[in-house]
Amino acid sequence: MGRVETLKEMSSVVTDRSAAIASEPLRPAGPRRGFATGTVSSIRDLVAQRELLGMLVRRELKARYKDSAAGFLWSLGRPLAMLLIYYLALGQFLGAARSVVDFAIFIYAGLTAWGFYSEAILAGTGSVVANAGLVKKIYLPREIFPLSAVGSALFNFGVQLVVLVLATIVVGKFPVGDDWVYFPLALAVLVVFATAMSLILSAVNVYLRDVQYLVDIFIMVFFWLSPIVYLWSFVRDALLDTTMSPATQELVMNIYLSNPITLAVIGFQETFWAAGDGVHPETKVPYAHVPDLALRLGIALAVGILLLWVAQRIFTRLQANFAQEL
Amino acid sequence: MTTVVEIENLSKRFVIRKEKSLKERVVNFGRSQKFKEDFWALRDVDVAIEAGTTVGLIGPNGSGKSTLLKMIGGILQPDQGSVRIRGRLAALLELGAGFHPDLTGRENVYLNASILGISREQTDKYFDAIVEFSGIEKFIDTQVKFYSSGMYVRLAFAVAVHVDPDILLVDEVLAVGDEPFQRKCLERIRQFQAEGRTIVLVTHSLEQVAEFCDRAIVLEHGRVIEDGSPRDALRALRADFEETRVAEQERKAAASGVEQPVARFAGISLRSESGQTSEITLSPGEGLHVAMEITSDRLLEGAVIEIGVTTSMGTTLYMTSTTMLDRELGPLKDVTRCAFYLHSLHLGPDEYAVRATLRDGAGTELHHVPVAATFSVSGDGQSLGPVRTPADFVIN
Repeated sequence: MGRVETLKEMSSVVTDRSAAIASEPLRPAGPRRGFATGTVSSIRDLVAQRELLGMLVRRELKARYKDSAAGFLWSLGRPLAMLLIYYLALGQFLGAARSVVDFAIFIYAGLTAWGFYSEAILAGTGSVVANAGLVKKIYLPREIFPLSAVGSALFNFGVQLVVLVLATIVVGKFPVGDDWVYFPLALAVLVVFATAMSLILSAVNVYLRDVQYLVDIFIMVFFWLSPIVYLWSFVRDALLDTTMSPATQELVMNIYLSNPITLAVIGFQETFWAAGDGVHPETKVPYAHVPDLALRLGIALAVGILLLWVAQRIFTRLQANFAQEL
Repeated sequence: MTTVVEIENLSKRFVIRKEKSLKERVVNFGRSQKFKEDFWALRDVDVAIEAGTTVGLIGPNGSGKSTLLKMIGGILQPDQGSVRIRGRLAALLELGAGFHPDLTGRENVYLNASILGISREQTDKYFDAIVEFSGIEKFIDTQVKFYSSGMYVRLAFAVAVHVDPDILLVDEVLAVGDEPFQRKCLERIRQFQAEGRTIVLVTHSLEQVAEFCDRAIVLEHGRVIEDGSPRDALRALRADFEETRVAEQERKAAASGVEQPVARFAGISLRSESGQTSEITLSPGEGLHVAMEITSDRLLEGAVIEIGVTTSMGTTLYMTSTTMLDRELGPLKDVTRCAFYLHSLHLGPDEYAVRATLRDGAGTELHHVPVAATFSVSGDGQSLGPVRTPADFVIN
């Protein structure tokens, strides 16, 4: 009798399944290829896989420091070493600290922002190639690979941010009031640009592996092009000393300031480097502020979101041949 | 029946590039066509798969089976035509996809399950069952890099069988683990079938196709050459293999440059004990004469003839040879006639074939005929399977 019941149960499972399937429309296997129409379905696929995204981020983080005794504390090792190097070499030996109060906080604010951006892009660029085994064997929305790289960079960023905040408390200059306005904007700009760049670079890297080496170089160049270890006003002052016409100087300065990462770094410094609201220790002149920083960050964010959309579409277009190129 | 996979006019081209670096690309820019080679992995494939069926994809290596499976899975995109599916799909193309060697078994179970589309909640629910199925309870919190390869695939398979798809794609992953574990896996496949799931299976094991599939599709050079019952498909595939083998043998013979002593079967015929010579149907236990004529261009010493009885799927049930029977064939010249007499064949009701092979004294094959003649065996409805024995049933 039990047997008969299981059989009945089973046949009802079978009919339920076939009925459920019959009611579904046929859909193309794999991602939709339309340039504009595919966005919604891509996002829906990604939302459906958010659990996996979390898993992959955790995998990155867990696996990275798995066998080390200090574990994820090592993620602080590199930025702290860099801080020490720049503080000593640039701040003390070259004398940059003389014109920048709380030089360590100033550098660390920039390094935290930059560290996230560079880590996200470096890991993101290699993410699809690194997960070749999965790409070739299972269909997943492949965006999750660069996204998980950004996610794990975001986690490390969080750890560094805690250290940064603690440092501001230690020096007794915890940011208050208006300073905080720039932080969410700057962070949003960083995340959006890092994600967009990771998407494009990870896809292109599949076809042209040279990209990962190029990215390495660009990361280094842009580190020095961003006002991380120097004040942005140094650039303006340096321009004043040139023979360029004032209009050209203005133009160059505007180009310099339209780098979204530069803006984000300045945003971080405005927030966490409270001494920036004060005056220069020697000349007693107040530190310069970028005019309309919030507006500039807002525009950068808008451009970034547009770029993110384009990046996703490029990614979708390029991912069609991932499995055979890897 | 509902169609769950609809493949229309599908073609897939692979471009084999012989250059990869930027330098090579720049130097060869404009002439790059020369450095590309097109290769059609699939050509004009039309297949529709109905819900609840189990379909085997078979064919020689490089025939496009795995490519077709990947196209159904959405991993590769078509160059022409379309692949459309209905329902949830899970692809088991590789066991342990996404396993990270530095993570523990437990962590990898969750990760791999998530990759296969099992939610965290479901994984929590199945976790004990997964560990039990894999049989590695003791090592579940050990990093998988310390696992033996057997433990690794067992854990991976244990996760894989807990997927809940409407369409399951399986690529040669059944052949893992030791025998008891394999049996467990096959049982699980049967359960999937009973639950009305559609299974598409790529395999080299023709027995598995015969055993599990409702339908088999034979691919060769990216084209479907046979699509029908497993029996027809296997026959087509075996004929194909045979052709390849003969071609290879001829090539080898040509390459070696030595003129081979040419001797071959000119004809093979069957006669039943009761005297039938065409469309032979043996009654249970009846004997069979296998008569043959061999032509030889020049004198051939020490030749050996092998004959065998095979199922229509090509599995050899019985084999004997002149050596085994301790008989000398004597020197072959011009035309030789001889015969084997199989006294009584206790075969179940089915169709069978006779195969024959001629070898020289050194054992080199001179001529091989996989299906020299066919015959069928009638049954009394008392048994199934290729072996027949009189049976009784008693209650004590």
